[in-house]
Amino acid sequence: MIPILLGVTLLTFVLFNMLMKDPASRFAGRHATVEQLATIRAELGLDRSLPEQYFLFLKQIVTLEFGRSWSTKQKISTMIDDGFSATLCVTVPPFIAAIFVSIALAMATAYRRGSWFDKSMVVACLAFLSVSSLVYILALQWGLAYKLGWFPISGWDPSWTGRWSYLILPWIILFVLSLGVDILLYRSVILDESYQDYVRTARAKGLSGVQVYSRHILKNALIPIITNVVIEMPFLITGSVLVENFFSIPGLGGLLVKALNESDLPVIKAMTVIISIAYMVFNLVADLLYSAADPRVRLG
Amino acid sequence: MTVATANASTVAVPSSRNSLWWDAFRRLKRSRIAVISFVVIVAYVVIALLAKFGVIFADVSVPVGAQYLPFSGDHPFGTDVLGRDVLGRAIHGAATALSVGFIASGIALLIGITLGALAGYFGGWVDNLIVWLYTTVDSIPYILLIPSLTFVLGRGLINVYIAVGVTSWVTLCRLIRGEFMKHKGRDYVLAAEVLGASHLRRIFRHILPNVAHLGFVQFGLGFVSAIKIEVILSYLGVGVDPSTPSWGIMLDDAKLELARPFWGNLIAATLFMFFLILAFNLFNDALRESLDPKLKNK
Repeated sequence: MIPILLGVTLLTFVLFNMLMKDPASRFAGRHATVEQLATIRAELGLDRSLPEQYFLFLKQIVTLEFGRSWSTKQKISTMIDDGFSATLCVTVPPFIAAIFVSIALAMATAYRRGSWFDKSMVVACLAFLSVSSLVYILALQWGLAYKLGWFPISGWDPSWTGRWSYLILPWIILFVLSLGVDILLYRSVILDESYQDYVRTARAKGLSGVQVYSRHILKNALIPIITNVVIEMPFLITGSVLVENFFSIPGLGGLLVKALNESDLPVIKAMTVIISIAYMVFNLVADLLYSAADPRVRLG
Repeated sequence: MTVATANASTVAVPSSRNSLWWDAFRRLKRSRIAVISFVVIVAYVVIALLAKFGVIFADVSVPVGAQYLPFSGDHPFGTDVLGRDVLGRAIHGAATALSVGFIASGIALLIGITLGALAGYFGGWVDNLIVWLYTTVDSIPYILLIPSLTFVLGRGLINVYIAVGVTSWVTLCRLIRGEFMKHKGRDYVLAAEVLGASHLRRIFRHILPNVAHLGFVQFGLGFVSAIKIEVILSYLGVGVDPSTPSWGIMLDDAKLELARPFWGNLIAATLFMFFLILAFNLFNDALRESLDPKLKNK
């Protein structure tokens, strides 16, 4: 964990402090004076030696003091705080809802395997996966918010009571987007289980199809399903980048994309590192949860 | 498969008609879906090449009429804000997308195979270093890493190739490393060593042909994700230059045009992307099945 953490900071450092050609003049524009450039370089610490710059960068990460945004002059640490709560508000509810709905739909398709219902579900999922997620967001935002006016087109309210009305449409979109992959995967998992010997035994002792599916197959299929849910957990941090961008939600990803468009270097740097660290923490939590769910897995 | 060859200079790939490759090809040919999707992919490549070399839709950067013309026989998807033919832009967008898929996953293939082979074959500190490297790259979500990289390098098609290529080799590297660890102790490799084959010879002439099928499957998967990423990058404004035709830029334009309403950009980009990605997804599935030794003789 620690070497990887250092690796992530090192990679970000190489990217922004070494690979990037003269960020000061890129920010200040072509008409900047020599003094202006020097001020910006000093502010970024670019006038110091590379090891010194790296040390300063590590200090920024540990203290969470990344300075202020170039474009909004806001403190970056506040932006990160608010960004976390916004992102998790967007991603957690659809994530949980999608787990249950896709398991239910996968069970239904697997139970009726070979029927027109199963076949059309599979074809629909495959077709669904072949369209860029941008198109779904674009279409749903246009249709439900602009044309029908059921939801606000975009926007955000930082207060906890005011933000929910802005969240419903992003929830719907993220929920819909995660269904296609999961249904296909869970269907194949459940089908694999349905050919096992214990299924034949359960049938032989006279259980009905529904009983076999709900009591025997589902329990065994849950292990690979939990694996997949766990693998998808880091998406709670990164899964909403596009949706946040479309709906101007100041979550972590939305802030990053905005900063990329405004060449707001301090924000880009801070967001890349912070999101990566959060992503790693979620991966770690996922591993722990996984070993708790499946007794056969031991963390070595 | 692990029978030692008498002569270290013979290639490890059996060239008879019973080889894994020949088998895979036969199985692939039998699957109707695989053949149809392959034809679709080839059609895309041919159309993109024809457009690239100016045979059809030679210059799509010049206006052909007024802006936002409705759909018509001459311009099936109408014209965009600058009066350019949307169909031509979409076809040139296919060329952009295919080139990103091909070159970026080519770069990833090269890096993944080389590093994976070195790590798995040599072990020790080489292995530790490479595992550290790919775990690090894998810890930064690609949806941040790739835009940050194109931001640092600057917009442009070549930088998209580089950014996507140098970030998407991790899965392949992991797989190849595992296979090399398995293969390096097998009899045929030991026999080659006894006969005096150098390390490089053992890696590239003996082991690599036995694990190369993983590269094929990953290349196909990487192709699809590279195309999807190019569209997202260009949409976000950190991908190709705005003057380069790209489905992502068409979707970005469409965002503001839906209120007019003008549907050309959205429909054209979506349809062109849909058939290419669908064909690739189906073909990849068939390819993976046909190369899976477990399904042999089925």
